[in-house]
Amino acid sequence: MKKENSRRIFLKNLSLATFSALALSGCNMKKVDEFLQKNFRTLTKKEVDDLIKNLVIEYKEKYHKDFHLSAKPALEETLFGYALDLSRCIGCRRCVYACVKENNQSRNPQIHWIQVLQMEKEKGIDFAYSTVQYNPETVPDKDHFYVPIGCQQCRNPQCIKVCPAKATWQEPDGIVVIDYNWCIGCRYCMAACPYGARHFNWGEPNVPAEEINTEMHYLGNRPRMKGVVEKCTFCVQRTREGKYPACVEICPVGARKFGNLLDPESEVRYILANKRVLVLKQELNTQPKFYYFFGI
Amino acid sequence: MNFFHFIIDCGKITLRGSKTYYAWLTFLVLLIIWGGFGYSAQLSDGLIKTHMRDSVSWAFYIGNFTFLVGIAAAAVMLVIPAYIYNWKPIKEIVIFGELLAVCAVIMCISFIVVDIGRPLRFWHMLPIVGTMNFPYSLLSWDFFALNIYLIINSVVVTYLLYCTFYKKQYNKTFVLWLVLFSIPMAVSIHTVTAFLYNALPARPFWNSALLAPRFLASAFCSGPAILLILFQILRKITKFEIKDEAIWTIAELMVYSMFIYLFFSVAELFKEFYSGTEHVLYWKYLLLGIGDNKELVVYSWSSIIMGCIAFVLFLIPATRKNFITLNIGAVLIYASVYVEKGIALIIPGFTPDVLGQIYVYTPSMTEIRTAVMIFSLGSLVFTILLKIAIAIIFENYNIDSLNQKKEN
Repeated sequence: MKKENSRRIFLKNLSLATFSALALSGCNMKKVDEFLQKNFRTLTKKEVDDLIKNLVIEYKEKYHKDFHLSAKPALEETLFGYALDLSRCIGCRRCVYACVKENNQSRNPQIHWIQVLQMEKEKGIDFAYSTVQYNPETVPDKDHFYVPIGCQQCRNPQCIKVCPAKATWQEPDGIVVIDYNWCIGCRYCMAACPYGARHFNWGEPNVPAEEINTEMHYLGNRPRMKGVVEKCTFCVQRTREGKYPACVEICPVGARKFGNLLDPESEVRYILANKRVLVLKQELNTQPKFYYFFGI
Repeated sequence: MNFFHFIIDCGKITLRGSKTYYAWLTFLVLLIIWGGFGYSAQLSDGLIKTHMRDSVSWAFYIGNFTFLVGIAAAAVMLVIPAYIYNWKPIKEIVIFGELLAVCAVIMCISFIVVDIGRPLRFWHMLPIVGTMNFPYSLLSWDFFALNIYLIINSVVVTYLLYCTFYKKQYNKTFVLWLVLFSIPMAVSIHTVTAFLYNALPARPFWNSALLAPRFLASAFCSGPAILLILFQILRKITKFEIKDEAIWTIAELMVYSMFIYLFFSVAELFKEFYSGTEHVLYWKYLLLGIGDNKELVVYSWSSIIMGCIAFVLFLIPATRKNFITLNIGAVLIYASVYVEKGIALIIPGFTPDVLGQIYVYTPSMTEIRTAVMIFSLGSLVFTILLKIAIAIIFENYNIDSLNQKKEN
């Protein structure tokens, strides 16, 4: 009788202990959920909605601001394309910093999605004679021209092919995106990208709360974590709402053009039809949707 | 149940040993702890503790990984000559080769894990639970190749040692088929690893069809070098009997691979330097330096010089058959291939980077400590497995002798 009693007490204690352990870890359940979260492309509509709701709360706790986080899918009949006028670009790097601000790139350690290369006029487009570290009093320098490079949004992207976890893919509107939660940080995509468009969060990313952009897209400019890769998304949070990317808006000389390649009336289509265009590293057959042209 | 006893008894034997054995184990454990603290800093602060950056996004860790894949592959490929030339202790050669392969693969996987930004999310690339990008990503191929290879080798050695321990006759066809299967697997792990880099048109330094053949040739230089020295030690301290001729034959086979490796490298250099396209930039950075950036020159030339000396030492019959010069050659070729794979293969692939910018990379203290941790861990596992294998094969450590002891 006594023995049975002690066993009962033991079982009771055991269940109590289990229960309290579960309750204690309740505060960590969010972390467990996050850990077990599946690939974005396999989530149902409801799962995405819940995820977004939770993230908005989490961001509010961290930055004390109200966020609008969208997961808007690609628009119908849209294939985004970009054209950049090399004869106009003055190398002022305003696009670089507008991009950083719009897309919540880490300030320290510093991440820039756009690199502006200064090249020698005598050499033409030759990466071996280029530098990102130019720093004259005024730009443009008379012997140089400037080639801003970000993600070329390839039709045949090497980065997607090599990703072991399918954490990056091309959306129907042609934008190459990353599921930051799914990225394992192996950096194979960075080795594969011929344009240096992919950037890694080597340390904990840091964006001051007063500078953070609260208009966000799940696959775009939401805050990233340490140890994941990020890249230009053609400002997916803006362009899917019908706005221009931040770099197009900021450019003081109008060198940057953006539009729908499927729309025959669009500006990019006009440029493709009427100007001399080139794509970088054409021989690699990556087929960029980012064109360079000479407008003047 | 028998297997359980086997594991327990194997555990027991690892606890017994000479003072040197204990000193060696303590030394390794201390190194693991020292390295482990370095790695823990990387775990908490991120890969920013390394000197890798966006320009050079893979470096020392991946170089070590590549080198160890070569060791793992070559250790088993040595079974082929052992079989063809009918060296007497073929079972022992299989066991020691596969033990080395097992440890090398464990170290390979560790180097991948420490290189990943979020190691806990590794399951994302697994089949079924995650979304593996098979067959498109070469990393998914490497995952399968390495794991299958690890499993086959572990099964073969465990089974052989188990049977010896229980004094049972092992199933010859079963072992033969597994060993025969492990040989093409050995070739495939190194080929797939070469294809991993080879597959990237963005990196002209790697995008050469000769990369995989060069990998295999260099692996056949460095892998047997370890076994060559190991066999001599085993011959001294145990009843392991391997004839001088067998060791010289291994050395002779290494000369062939060194020659092939040298020839492939010269072919590559000729093509790059004579055609002088923009792709020559990476080779220039490696061998001559670009402008003031000559960081890799000392590594590349030391690797070349060590390799050439080893080649000469192994080529001349008199120095090949002299065990002092033979061992010097073995150490030199091992060091040469280590520098080549660890430094001279990965870093020039990224320097200059795809946009022509030069970021000077040298491993950080964290990277060195992490590498020390993994190498010590691998050595520790190898020592323990060797200890077990030696006891069972040569020291009559088996079920009968244990039972006898109990009766006494």
